[in-house]
Amino acid sequence: MIRAVVIWLSLALPAMAVQTDEVLDDPALEDRARALSAELRCLVCRNESIDESSAELARDLRLLVRERLVAGDSDAEVMDFIVARYGEYVLLSPPATGSTLILWLAAPVSLLIAGGVAFAYTRGRRPQAQSEALTADEQARLREILDE
Amino acid sequence: MFVELGHFALILAFAVACAQMVMPMVGAWRGWRGWMAMAEPAASLQFFLLAFSFAALTYAFVTSDFSVRLVVSNSHTLKPMLYKVTGVWGNHEGSMLLWCLILALFGALAAWFGGNLPETLRARVLAVQASIGVAFLAFLIFTSNPFLRLSNPPLDGRDLNPLLQDPGLAFHPPFLYIGYVGLSMAFSFAVAALIEGRVDAAWGRWVRPWTLLAWLNLTVGIALGSWWAYYELGWGGFWFWDPVENASFMPWLIAAALLHSAIVVEKREALKAWTILLAIFAFGFSLIGTFIVRSGVLTSVHAFANDPERGVYLLAITGVFTGGALALYAWRASSLQTTGVFGLLSRESALVANNVLLAVSCFVVFLGTIWPLIAELIWQRKLSVGPPFFNIAFTPFMIALAVLLPVGSLLPWKRAKMERVMKPLWIALGVAFAIAALIWVVQSGKTLLAPLGALLGAWLVMGAVADVWTKTGRGGLTDRLGRASRLPRADLGRVVAHAGFGITTFGIAAMIAWEVEDIRVAQIGESYDVAAYTVTLRDVRDVEGPNFLSTTAEIALSRDGEEVAVLLPEKRIYPVAGMPTTEAAIANGVFRDLYVVIGDPQVGGGWAVRTYIKPFANWIWAGCIIMALGGILSLTDRRFRVAAGAPRKPGAPVREVPAE
Repeated sequence: MIRAVVIWLSLALPAMAVQTDEVLDDPALEDRARALSAELRCLVCRNESIDESSAELARDLRLLVRERLVAGDSDAEVMDFIVARYGEYVLLSPPATGSTLILWLAAPVSLLIAGGVAFAYTRGRRPQAQSEALTADEQARLREILDE
Repeated sequence: MFVELGHFALILAFAVACAQMVMPMVGAWRGWRGWMAMAEPAASLQFFLLAFSFAALTYAFVTSDFSVRLVVSNSHTLKPMLYKVTGVWGNHEGSMLLWCLILALFGALAAWFGGNLPETLRARVLAVQASIGVAFLAFLIFTSNPFLRLSNPPLDGRDLNPLLQDPGLAFHPPFLYIGYVGLSMAFSFAVAALIEGRVDAAWGRWVRPWTLLAWLNLTVGIALGSWWAYYELGWGGFWFWDPVENASFMPWLIAAALLHSAIVVEKREALKAWTILLAIFAFGFSLIGTFIVRSGVLTSVHAFANDPERGVYLLAITGVFTGGALALYAWRASSLQTTGVFGLLSRESALVANNVLLAVSCFVVFLGTIWPLIAELIWQRKLSVGPPFFNIAFTPFMIALAVLLPVGSLLPWKRAKMERVMKPLWIALGVAFAIAALIWVVQSGKTLLAPLGALLGAWLVMGAVADVWTKTGRGGLTDRLGRASRLPRADLGRVVAHAGFGITTFGIAAMIAWEVEDIRVAQIGESYDVAAYTVTLRDVRDVEGPNFLSTTAEIALSRDGEEVAVLLPEKRIYPVAGMPTTEAAIANGVFRDLYVVIGDPQVGGGWAVRTYIKPFANWIWAGCIIMALGGILSLTDRRFRVAAGAPRKPGAPVREVPAE
């Protein structure tokens, strides 16, 4: 229980995230900073992005992102810079390299497989096409009944 | 003393559950009617014992009995009474007791209202339900006992986490649990049917109300959690694809698929194997969810308890029940006879597509949630899978569902012709495109998200209207409205639920696309403009609450010179727990929420203030409530109250229809 309390206390507090002194003057750069921050994980929090978290490290990372943007880096360069220093754990969307390809391809592949199975099943349940016309025997029988 | 009685009742309930697990199952196998019949009183007794036990724990919390360890860690004398009560389930042990209580409740409900089930099936269902109860009661008693005492009771408790001292979050667990645990009933029905070796239309009809009840409560529970996150966490986010959120969302997706699949079993005696599998997986995902939430295996903001030892027990329970049920399925599935035939274009195939989309989307969420674990175990890569991944991977499934839904709901059974189906829908499609185009023009320059959301939302709602329209025959509007009100409740429920889905879809798209955020330092007395509103920071003062200290700001919002709202956002400190929280102030409106948060005082004077304008935010949760309402309407349909294939009472007047 103590453990749980300690964890709660170190939890990133659900307060404000981006502080007023971090906001860049250039709105276009600020928008880019916000978009990039939403993709970076706060490393001391439990599953929050640096954009949401109000932990110290999150603030440091936010300032770092803005610093790189003001220095003229492109979005990809900023991300590479941060990943080079903190590892791929910091990316909230796992890069589609190596084994992570399995994760990214899982959605379309499983949809195709499931769709294929479903299609095959549905084809198997199709009602047999009935011939509309009566056979000669059936016509004779019909005449018999009508003449009764 | 009362607490001891509660503890004893818990142990008795465990004993009753053990008996209820074994005797009816043996009775059903051997045809011993006495043994089968003991299931009902056992289920009722188990429920009453657990209700008493829960009442005893609540009593301990309400009277602040600090000799009970759980009360010490989760309560405080100064805490408001509402949160003393809701604190009973605001922790691992208490919420596990609530879980077991609801499990027993569903068993008792099946005993009381299951009179129209065949004897052997009812006995087996109650036995399987009891077996789940045995597992969880054992878990509760031996690893997570809520009634443990402290030999030296302290003078006061350690207070409930301030985040949980909140109406939204206080009621979120009971609704969620009725959802999660209610799916155990569908599971019990599936396993019992497999053991019997018979799944037929009657089974489809019996399993539906239980699934509906669970599903609609799960919808409300998830909506409550999302709404809580929106107003509590300070920036208006409402879904984070957090593992615990996913743990509640996966059963919801499978339960929705199960609901629709059971209709096909009931009406057409097809898709039996799929439906059984879905029932097994729905509860399976509930169990996996419980495991994720309570074992600490995945980092999450919601992490409830982080005990790996308990995690092992829960994993074992999950493995036994899901694995056992799947093994039983593999063995018995061949005995399920399917008689229905249907064409490639028919309501059955639309429901197959619905199954595929919902099940695959659930699988994608599941894979994304546990991927960090897998990656670390197998490839030693430390990864994160967060909202960016889930948004890209999951949204296309919902879009596909939204596109297919109105067409699917109008398709006739067995075989359909596309031209006939689309006739009433062309108007719906036209209206949807018109609305989307209008929004596209008006919102000039922003992303396609809002027009797309409007297109899908309007398509779903107009499709629901078309659904009702086609069932009201011919004639004037008043005739049609009269006939619509006399439609079977299941039809009305379907239409309402689908419309609710459309409203939520539109709300999500509109809010994300159109929200406005403003962050700045404001001096007291300063006014500034945010979108169409003028915001004035009037005053900041310190206020004392029952168990907290607050810094409250008074902020006025006006539009075109007229005052729209005066909001009081707060920053609170709860001294006992030592935790600060932010209470955003929200002016709720039908078409927009005005959301204001007060931040820290700045060095040069003034305060940090964040203002949000969130258009159509409440449509998200209103849509969820409407979906739940649709579920309630369906639940009250007459066919669930009339036994399937019940013999007509002798002497009842038979209305003769003269032959022409």
